[in-house]
Amino acid sequence: MRALEVVDTGPLALVQDLGRTGYAHLGVPPSGALDVPALKLANRLVGNDEAAAGVECLFGGLRLRATASCTVAVTGPAVPVDVDGRAAGSHAALWLAPGQVVTIGAPATGLRCYLAVSGGIAVDAELGSRSRDVLSEIGPAPLRAGDVLPLGTPSGVPGGADVVVPTVAAAELVVPVEPGPRAHWFEGLEAGLAKTWTVTAESNRVGLRLDGTPLTREGDYAEKELPSEGLLTGAVQVPPDGLPVVFLADHPTTGGYPVAAVVRQASLPALAQARPGTLLRFHSSTRVWNR
Amino acid sequence: MRWRAYGEHAALLDCDSLTQTIAAHATVAASRPDGVAELVPGARSLLVVETPGSGALAAVRELLADADLEHPPGGRPREITLDVTYDGEDLELVAQDAGVSIEDVVRLHTDAVYTVAFTGFAPGFGYLTGLPEPLRQPRLSTPRTRVPPGSVGIAGEFTGVYPRVSPGGWRLIGHTRTVLFDPRADPPALFAPGDRVRFRSAG
Repeated sequence: MRALEVVDTGPLALVQDLGRTGYAHLGVPPSGALDVPALKLANRLVGNDEAAAGVECLFGGLRLRATASCTVAVTGPAVPVDVDGRAAGSHAALWLAPGQVVTIGAPATGLRCYLAVSGGIAVDAELGSRSRDVLSEIGPAPLRAGDVLPLGTPSGVPGGADVVVPTVAAAELVVPVEPGPRAHWFEGLEAGLAKTWTVTAESNRVGLRLDGTPLTREGDYAEKELPSEGLLTGAVQVPPDGLPVVFLADHPTTGGYPVAAVVRQASLPALAQARPGTLLRFHSSTRVWNR
Repeated sequence: MRWRAYGEHAALLDCDSLTQTIAAHATVAASRPDGVAELVPGARSLLVVETPGSGALAAVRELLADADLEHPPGGRPREITLDVTYDGEDLELVAQDAGVSIEDVVRLHTDAVYTVAFTGFAPGFGYLTGLPEPLRQPRLSTPRTRVPPGSVGIAGEFTGVYPRVSPGGWRLIGHTRTVLFDPRADPPALFAPGDRVRFRSAG
């Protein structure tokens, strides 16, 4: 069997593909790679369909041994990669002979690297996806040393890098948002969001938790309870303490706190790479909603 | 009813009541326009997500603008009956607050027909509406850190069943052995919005 054996996982290594859409009404989060363009690029580099499952590796430390010859590629922020101790580099297709070990070091910036392998990781899918959802605990369990990851049949030819990707994650982000469904609940929302926020260490795949100057409610809404309503990836939800949470792929499907704004989708990959301590400001772009 | 912007590819319909929410959901679900990627009812709202470029949001707006929400499409809702053992830890508290006997709590809970209004909290957790007035009671002031799977609880206007072990603040009145969520089953969840549910006392 073509497989990758897990030698070491680093802090957290999860199987991820593009997630499971269409089940939100049953309470199932979308899940999937947080930095979607990075996973897609890794898949193209090894000749896979962009939707194949790879490994999302938090802060490096992942070591995998090939049981058969295969091609791997590591993307995301620039990161040291070696094969059997020999430096090889990220963002390129690497050929592994049977028994060789690929190691991902710690990225100098950013958080999440993606490893794709020719044929893709072929663990069993749940609800059409091989993604691990950390909120619902659906999908393959977090990787552990000793795990054997079966590989699918390679279908394409490894390619060269076809896009120039940002391999250095920003230490300060400006995140464009649109006012959300409950923007009117907040006082001076645009100015409040534009202040500097700090990504806290409580952040995870469910959401980025921010610290800063708490947002305040308009008088009429000061004590108002929100009946639970649908949530989306990129929703900026504001709990009673006024400190926003930006929901990422493993977010709950409904929630009872107001969503003040929604991050433009193009910024989600940058948020996936935002380390604790990263500074960010939201830039409100009011779009005419006329459809 | 009022539409509210929700990012680039979604919109949220604010509804005036839970009944109206259920009617709006039934209307869209009955003739689901192409390109509706997700349709997520809430307690007083309906979230519609479109596949980018599909024009589904506009189609849904048009559909609801012309809809008679007093008479939503009936369709054929799934009917589900769950066997429940009424032995919950809060049964006595619920009976006291309702001013009735424990037997009456069981009778009230099993006589009603419920509708799955929306889901959330965990995969397969349905918020079921239709709870008789005396059973509409507040959550526990201190939530439990561990509620066993299959626990049947009540909170406010809703009743529901915990699909798996989790923390929870609902008052517990019983438990069922039925599996509520299995990611390898099709459909994975026993409850979907719009389903009709009855509880039957398994003694």
